[in-house]
Amino acid sequence: MLANDLEKRISFKRSISNGDLVIVYEKHDSMKAVTVSEGSVLQNRFGVFKHSDWIGNPFGSKVFSNKGGFVYLLAPTPELWTLVLSHRTQILYIADISFVIMYLEIVPGCLVLESGTGSGSLTTSLARAVAPTGHVYTFDFHDQRAGSARDDFERTGLSSLISVGVRDIQGEGFPDEFTGLADSVFLDLPQPWLAIPSVAKMLKQDGTLCSFSPCIEQVQRSCETLQTCFTDIRTFEVLLRTYEVREEKMGTFHGDGNDSNVSLPCKRRQCSDGSYVVSTTISSVMARPCGEARGHTGYLTFARLK
Amino acid sequence: MSSSTTSENNAPSSNDMMNGRKTWEGCSVLLDINDGDRLVFARLSNAAKLKIGNKNYSLQPLIGCAFGSVFQAESGPQGPFLSHSLPSSLQGDNTEEIKDGQVNVVSRDNRALIDNNTAQSLTGDDIEAMRRQGARGNEIIEALIANSATFETKTSFSQEKYRLKKQKKYAPKVLMRRPVARSICEAYFKKYPTKIGFLRVDTLSLLLSMANVSSNSDVLVVDMVGGLITGAVAERLGGTGFVCNSYLGKSPYSMDIVRIFNFSDEICKRILRSPISNLLSQKESPEQILQDANVCNVESQSNDQMGASVSMEEICNSSENVISDLGAENTDNTNIPAKRVCKAAKAGEKAPQEIIDSWKENGFSSLIIAAPEMDTWALVKDLLPLLSNSAPFAIYHQYLQPLATCMHNLQLEKMAIGLQISEPWLREYQVLPSRTHPCMQMSAFGGYILTGTKICSSSS
Repeated sequence: MLANDLEKRISFKRSISNGDLVIVYEKHDSMKAVTVSEGSVLQNRFGVFKHSDWIGNPFGSKVFSNKGGFVYLLAPTPELWTLVLSHRTQILYIADISFVIMYLEIVPGCLVLESGTGSGSLTTSLARAVAPTGHVYTFDFHDQRAGSARDDFERTGLSSLISVGVRDIQGEGFPDEFTGLADSVFLDLPQPWLAIPSVAKMLKQDGTLCSFSPCIEQVQRSCETLQTCFTDIRTFEVLLRTYEVREEKMGTFHGDGNDSNVSLPCKRRQCSDGSYVVSTTISSVMARPCGEARGHTGYLTFARLK
Repeated sequence: MSSSTTSENNAPSSNDMMNGRKTWEGCSVLLDINDGDRLVFARLSNAAKLKIGNKNYSLQPLIGCAFGSVFQAESGPQGPFLSHSLPSSLQGDNTEEIKDGQVNVVSRDNRALIDNNTAQSLTGDDIEAMRRQGARGNEIIEALIANSATFETKTSFSQEKYRLKKQKKYAPKVLMRRPVARSICEAYFKKYPTKIGFLRVDTLSLLLSMANVSSNSDVLVVDMVGGLITGAVAERLGGTGFVCNSYLGKSPYSMDIVRIFNFSDEICKRILRSPISNLLSQKESPEQILQDANVCNVESQSNDQMGASVSMEEICNSSENVISDLGAENTDNTNIPAKRVCKAAKAGEKAPQEIIDSWKENGFSSLIIAAPEMDTWALVKDLLPLLSNSAPFAIYHQYLQPLATCMHNLQLEKMAIGLQISEPWLREYQVLPSRTHPCMQMSAFGGYILTGTKICSSSS
């Protein structure tokens, strides 16, 4: 998934081979992760696609089914992965993820702690940010979920950057071995204030913390707890408004019909009073916000160790 | 927590340069004066000075201190100086203040306040006299409170406000921040948004994510926002891969902001420049090589000029330059050895032919454009073929229409899929006991971005 893997990184010379993870793109809201396996087929509403037809094509290719339907095969990125991963829990989306990475000041080489792992949506982007020399230690108290996350990171080729532990961080705090070593910590827990004293222990001086909470009451309690050891405590909400773009045709009028400057398609139309009206159609590309949007994900509270 | 008062000098190793927790001589810092009232970028040296009010403070005490340290402006027998204050002592009283406030918040209000300017019995002369006797800023504030007839009747929230207002005037504090993509973008957005094309920090973060910027990638950028994109990408590359800062015509666009980051040589080497024409040309003709040589001269010349102008900006009292607008008006460090000043100028060498060839052969791994003054579609049409198949791209604009047109054309030409125009929305909250609400002031606009994935042109 990352350019770190020099053999697998995208390039004009690279083509899809057996065992590759590809993102099958039907349309922007319909994608699926598939591991290419020579004898397998993909079946969807467009027909049956043979994996063997895919092998040897470049990423970004359009491939056809037995019925002539088509999909695109894309190289995976953390953004695409977030759209296709199996939701074992509520996940973080791209606007929050991007903001968290930037605001926590995560750069290559950082040591980052995370709890809980959940479906690993954020973890994937954390791994990208700390690569090639840093590491993400992520914890979930749910054994099976941690296992599924581990399998996912294996599949996306990130397992060398991520360690998944099974641990109740709210109850036990982060493991002592990370004391004073963490550059940044991310919490997505129901009662984050219980874990905050442990976070203060783990962070380096001036290290950064982010806590994600859907409810304002959680934020309120977290911020009270943060007062003791943290400074620069700030809470944000970040959302995305998306736009749809269309070419629309619009009619215009020229009252007396003598306007000969119009070079666009015209129609002469006789009005009831006998005079002529020239109506013209012009088309232009226009954008407007999409009618529906995610109205709330969660509050992001950031703080810095004093 | 861990004490941050140690002030031994530590020479920057390459690791410290990026993730360093302490400053060194020649280090670039962001100084936040009185909680964001003023934001100043400065380079630390024994001679560097910061002007607050009408006094000059040496930045020497900041060398070797931890980022995140707070300094108090004081006056001593040798004149004004910045003294390192312990973080706990500063914040400790505040929280107690607020907790107390909870108790008596209901019992007081402003019904008895009359604005007749007689509440304060200390005069300006009294304060000046205290100063001459060596009173510290905090002592003056306490005296002002003791001599205020109305202070006791205020609610504790307005007492806190009063204290803060007086602290800003009589005991200014300076917070020392690490200049990283986040803090640099926020500082410019707050003070000089036009210089970075109104690119807000959440929008910048989206650009980096959507373009899948990660170590070892080769990122093509068109950066007409002062080098902010180039610097932010280089920060994420961490000394691997390349960021190719490309430009139309013969002279590269300004990259001054890159010099504010404390980039190691390893990272600087990964920032290259190339004219777009060189990236597009199929084969090198002898003519072209000749032309390239000329361009190269022009470029290196302009690089030198830029290096010089940056050092000027950082050390002079001029107020017209990019960085000085934000900060260097206050620093006066004319004695910095020349070689230290030039050190940061290494970023942005002309891309060598063999690296350009390798980009042509393999394709760039992603593209970021922030070029408000260029026709977006014309740029994208030319640059997209330089990307590897299935490479993501992210285009910034402060206006919606150029992106809408570009998106429409990309769809018609079947050059990309997964196209989306989005506008991030960012709201900050005040979180206090019984007083939590969205902040009264917010940025209503942080720009638009168009994102998508390049598809194979040969498929049909």
